[in-house]
Amino acid sequence: MAEHHEHDVSNCEAALAEIYTYLDGELTDEKRTLIASHIEGCNPCFEAFDFEAELRIVISTRCRNDDLPESLRIRIAEKLTLIAKGDEVDDGDEGARSVEA
Amino acid sequence: MADQGTFAEQAMEYMPALYSAALRMTRNSSDAEDLVQETYLKAYRGFGGFQEGTNLKAWLYRILTNTFINSYRAKKRRPDETQLDEVEDLYLYRRLGGLEAAHAGRSAEDELMDWFTDSEVKEAIEGLPENFRLAVLLADVEGFSYKEIAQILDIPIGTVMSRLHRGRKALQKELYEYALQRGLTDRPSGPGGVGATEPVDRQPAHTGTTAHDD
Repeated sequence: MAEHHEHDVSNCEAALAEIYTYLDGELTDEKRTLIASHIEGCNPCFEAFDFEAELRIVISTRCRNDDLPESLRIRIAEKLTLIAKGDEVDDGDEGARSVEA
Repeated sequence: MADQGTFAEQAMEYMPALYSAALRMTRNSSDAEDLVQETYLKAYRGFGGFQEGTNLKAWLYRILTNTFINSYRAKKRRPDETQLDEVEDLYLYRRLGGLEAAHAGRSAEDELMDWFTDSEVKEAIEGLPENFRLAVLLADVEGFSYKEIAQILDIPIGTVMSRLHRGRKALQKELYEYALQRGLTDRPSGPGGVGATEPVDRQPAHTGTTAHDD
């Protein structure tokens, strides 16, 4: 089962065409294995995949540090408690409910 | 059917992530707070319709996204429908690849992390046209699968993939402009792609494509 090297994905163009689906974890196991074995033996492709994977980490890390205002967390918790008790609660956005309905 | 009494203990933990996403969507903290609050109140009221054991985070993002699209977007002028420029694949890698390995003793990831500040990455994402912004945000920041994004945005998976493909390339192009401004690399003046690695004069912002054409 391991001898699939000369398969259709075993070239750089085909591997690079799937770089995002690979990094997104959206490939079938079979195709994923083929690409993994290609980049393992192909340094230029490995570099490109590695760069894109690192960039993805940088992007998500850089966007994760917004401080949630404590006042918002408290306000939402209070409103949920009020609704649970059966009180009417102002949603804080008058236009929104009519749009939803 | 989910029990409303357990909503808070299950859903509150996602609030920081939802707030960040709301900031990227609305691009201002006041609208983001309103959007998150409205999302939680709607989610609470609709929690009986949530299938216990399915993906609560995706369910909350669907409410967040729908609320944003239905209410907050409508407050502003029509969304920017401009076409994204055609950008080549691996745009950033072809220009900056290799630079991240330039300094010995540091991991390539640390190096790459230093290239862009929090506000640069956030601004680059917030600058994307809305359809592309939502797709990139859900995939690259929140880590949702294509299928989950398709359900959250109520669009076919093929559309998710094409928005991601084009949105990511546009994001890379924007990030490259920041790299140029900071003098991380020079504008390529000839064939070869990756420019000089030594510090160069800072480029003025958004000079277009005319600079350094030798």
